[in-house]
Amino acid sequence: MSSEYKIRFESISMEFPGVLALDQVSFGIRQGSVHVMMGENGAGKSTLMKILNGTHVPTSGKFYIDEREMKFQTTLNAEKQGVSMIYQELNYIPDMSVERYLMLCREPKKGPFIDWKGVHKEAKKILEEENLNYDPKITLRNLSVSDIQLLEITREIKRNQVEILIMDEPTSALTNAEVERLFRDIKALKERGITIIYISHKMDEIFRIADDITVMRDGKHIHTGPASEFTQDSLVKMMVGREITNVYPKEKIPLGETLLEVEGLNSEFSKLSDINFKVHAGEIVGLGGLMGAGRTETVRAICGLDPYESGKIRIQGKEVRIKSVTEAIKHGIVMASEDRRRYGLILCRDIRENISLSSLKRITKKGFLQIGRERKLTREYFDELKIKAPGMGTATLTLSGGNQQKVVLGKCLMTQAKVLILDEPTRGIDVGAKYEIYKLITELAKQGIGIIFISSELPEFIGMCDTAYVMYKGKIIDQISRDKMTQENIVMLAAGGKIDG
Amino acid sequence: MDKKAWKQRMDTISRKYGIFVVFIVLIILGTATTGSFLTAKNITNVLRQIAVTGVLALAEMLLIISGNIDLSLGSVIALSGMFSVSAYLATGSLLVAFVVAIVISIFICSISGIFVAKIKLPSFIATMAMDYIARGLCYLYTGGQATYEIGDYGKISTTYVAGIPLPIFFFLGCAVICWIILNRLPLGRNIYAIGGNSDAAKASGINVNMTTIKTFAMAGLLTGIATVLQIARVNSAIPNTAENYHGDAIAAAVIGGTSFTGGIGTVTGCLVGACIMGFLGNWLNLIGLGSYFQMVTKGCIILMALSIDMLGKNKRIKKK
Repeated sequence: MSSEYKIRFESISMEFPGVLALDQVSFGIRQGSVHVMMGENGAGKSTLMKILNGTHVPTSGKFYIDEREMKFQTTLNAEKQGVSMIYQELNYIPDMSVERYLMLCREPKKGPFIDWKGVHKEAKKILEEENLNYDPKITLRNLSVSDIQLLEITREIKRNQVEILIMDEPTSALTNAEVERLFRDIKALKERGITIIYISHKMDEIFRIADDITVMRDGKHIHTGPASEFTQDSLVKMMVGREITNVYPKEKIPLGETLLEVEGLNSEFSKLSDINFKVHAGEIVGLGGLMGAGRTETVRAICGLDPYESGKIRIQGKEVRIKSVTEAIKHGIVMASEDRRRYGLILCRDIRENISLSSLKRITKKGFLQIGRERKLTREYFDELKIKAPGMGTATLTLSGGNQQKVVLGKCLMTQAKVLILDEPTRGIDVGAKYEIYKLITELAKQGIGIIFISSELPEFIGMCDTAYVMYKGKIIDQISRDKMTQENIVMLAAGGKIDG
Repeated sequence: MDKKAWKQRMDTISRKYGIFVVFIVLIILGTATTGSFLTAKNITNVLRQIAVTGVLALAEMLLIISGNIDLSLGSVIALSGMFSVSAYLATGSLLVAFVVAIVISIFICSISGIFVAKIKLPSFIATMAMDYIARGLCYLYTGGQATYEIGDYGKISTTYVAGIPLPIFFFLGCAVICWIILNRLPLGRNIYAIGGNSDAAKASGINVNMTTIKTFAMAGLLTGIATVLQIARVNSAIPNTAENYHGDAIAAAVIGGTSFTGGIGTVTGCLVGACIMGFLGNWLNLIGLGSYFQMVTKGCIILMALSIDMLGKNKRIKKK
């Protein structure tokens, strides 16, 4: 019965410290089909694919290729079995030439030496076959991200022994014409009998290419079936259909004056166009959308980390031009980044120094730091945020994720900002600490602070926001008020769809 | 959990005080094996040597904390020293000689700093180039000739205050200034921050470029002071003076617990590090092991200090 399956997963579970990423996942993928994997961020799709390509070894469970049990220890094992994966994030060496990149690790040889003429000839042939008009000698640095994405796809599909090709959101960096070309390639591959697993969030694409669809949610397998069984609505329902178990400490807070107004913000650098939104005192404004839709880019521009070309930013009605983080902080805007280890903390320094880092002016008198005052002020935030640590002198490196996040929040709060930007403030922290952070956000809103909230976890997004702007490909495509804020609506908008009314 | 906390505590204690233990062991070893080690004459003598490399070590410490390094300080001493001596011989004023040495040092180091901050050159490369430039200029200026008649310039080194050579007071003065910078000025916090994590520092509103340049300028100021001490100590202006002094200085800073990955380092550690370097060399001399053997020893010690620092770090990263 199962002989039609190229790949079969049997009760696969994957445990990372503190997280059950995959929970008893079993399903099959048919030989020569295009199999689309769907699910929200964190549903477990990528983890499962990384098991299939040998990056991870599952905690328990088995999987079969051609009905033979596979036990991959490294990606090389998987490659030998014909499994190849194209990642969402590109890994490439900017100074490598196109021909060397295309032929990497399978260069034709003359004795022990690489036959560079052969490399050139072979690469040129591939480029011609694929109608790619690049000079094989130019370096990748000179190509756009979508060009490189396309080259990577070309490289993988030209490898002869490929039998299973995994594509993780391959179109996120491609233009429409390039997507068309990719779809033609996929069709050609299918004809060659190659099994393709395709991860995507984009509804229109999915229904165009999928033979079968698998939906995953919270690490569990929800449903697998032929694409004709699904509709956009039923897909979305399956993806988000979890029970909302968390209760959010949301309170109704009357809105105050307009604190921040962004009008027609454009940025070539971050690929943003015509961003408009407002934040009132006491309001929690959500920026929704998929990863890479421009949420983080928008707030980075507003808080002075990235440049913007045109557009107006008004703070309490006064127009300002923000060129640096220092200026943003001076104007009362501060951000807690999604990547707190990279952009949030000086990990080797202690809690006190980290909290006061953005507010050294507050504790400086006649050019000297007032250490006593610093201790007193930072202690207030330390206590208010209930940071769990042996003391203020503890290096932030040794803290848990939740407590690190609290230190970052303490740093933001100490600047006495009027607008607080929180980019994925609960990423990677445990449930208890999450709840404390929700409570804190509510408390801050009550104090009249305007909050911009970014989150990929829809329940908390819906649970906390007063209003939401959903972004898609660098644009805000709609604003939804709290009464219309459902998971279905947000997922639909984030995937580039439309909602009624 | 308790065991883990205890282990962590032992870790910090050994990191904080381990170096003092090393120093005390060295003193005991020195006293036990030679009769002349723990004599007032020997100690003042060593301290006078330590003063120069110690001040330089403070400069390197500031730079290493900020995530940089300066490989040109030895040559900067030579160049600013020649000008300082010329200025002294022309005016007869020690004050002018002092100012000239400091201004030139700050100027050269700031240029390195600008290349590092604005053009994003790795400081290792930028200052290595500056090392050639400064040393070359020094030879050009002097025509390779040393000046042995420098009048009362050397008095700075031979004067005693309360029985202690004057250079030691300069060294301690510099240490106090560095301590104030690192612990009591916003600049110090910025230096620690950009060395610890420059992305986060930038995202926290710190001007990373300006802080880098200021740190180099500060290192220049310290180098200027070291220049005067060095010229006074050897009582002549020799164009190839202070060659590779930055090596000893970096070694002292690193032995003193300054972390090469940036963001960590203290003045006290640096002081002890400089003392260990000074007294170790002296002890090896006294027991009859010459300068060749000393070079080998120094190299080994630098490797050891760096390895201890790195091993501690790897362990902590693995835990995460």
